[in-house]
Amino acid sequence: MDSITLIAMASIVTAGLTIALGSIGPALGEGRAVATALSSLAQQPDSATTITRTLFVGLAMIESIAIYCFVVSMILIFANPFWNHIIAQAAGK
Amino acid sequence: MRLSPDAMIVWQYGLFKLNGTIVFTWALMFVLAVGSKLVTRKLSTGLERSRWQSLLEIVVTGIEKQIEDVGLRHPEKYIGFLGTLFLFVALASLCTIIPGYEPPTGSLSTTAALALCVLVAVPFFGIKEQGLGGYLRSYVEPTVIMLPFNIISELSRTLALAVRLFGNMMSGTMILAILLTITPFIFPIAMSVLGLLTGMVQAYIFSILAAVYIASATRVRNPKPESAAKR
Repeated sequence: MDSITLIAMASIVTAGLTIALGSIGPALGEGRAVATALSSLAQQPDSATTITRTLFVGLAMIESIAIYCFVVSMILIFANPFWNHIIAQAAGK
Repeated sequence: MRLSPDAMIVWQYGLFKLNGTIVFTWALMFVLAVGSKLVTRKLSTGLERSRWQSLLEIVVTGIEKQIEDVGLRHPEKYIGFLGTLFLFVALASLCTIIPGYEPPTGSLSTTAALALCVLVAVPFFGIKEQGLGGYLRSYVEPTVIMLPFNIISELSRTLALAVRLFGNMMSGTMILAILLTITPFIFPIAMSVLGLLTGMVQAYIFSILAAVYIASATRVRNPKPESAAKR
């Protein structure tokens, strides 16, 4: 196995693993956050605007973890620096 | 497949390049600036108002209300910065319904620039509100041990702001591009509608988070409130 194959394999497998494992935690967290927000909305409909705003900000915070994983996997697939380096080297030969 | 509108070269003269990000940003700036200039050219205070003036009034009062809800007491001081952030990011994602357009916020350079603006604006407003000493003292609250952590959090939240907006916008266009190759008929429309919603939520989040950071920097430390002291 030459290094191009190795890098391609490692990048693809790691990209899949990154987004798969990285979305578990945020999914659980968002589910908990929405469930708690819904129950507090049912208990106190008067403070709906505050709860909704805090919920949205919190959801964005949680979601950004998943977004980081997505960005990393996208970089691994479409803009992989190691891959580009190896390709440049192979082209230079 | 390109990751961002950075890779789209619109015009080139020698070393001087204009990529898609810059062109779309300029177009948005043009629309925002000229549009609001045209609307505010003849403002009326009477009952007879143009519908565009009503639109701008709704936008401005809505943003002021949101800023005030976060805890900034005089929103008119901050609306110039926070409102511009919101309007730019919101318009950038709303314009995705125009064919051939790519949101400039889908490029890490744009979002990093916006996040750096927030990084500079937070100490600016903080020093303006409570003086240099008062602002610097907020770094060593509650103890001096927290000093490095406060500085790290300042930097890491800037990174988070930039990457969050970039990731959301980039994922929208990326998912559309992937879906167009798999199911090119109805489904991309549904996803682009979802993308519009995501874009508005991200614009809201970006400006609200900036407002929260500014609010935490400008909070003037009063002596403990009565109710808290009694408990």
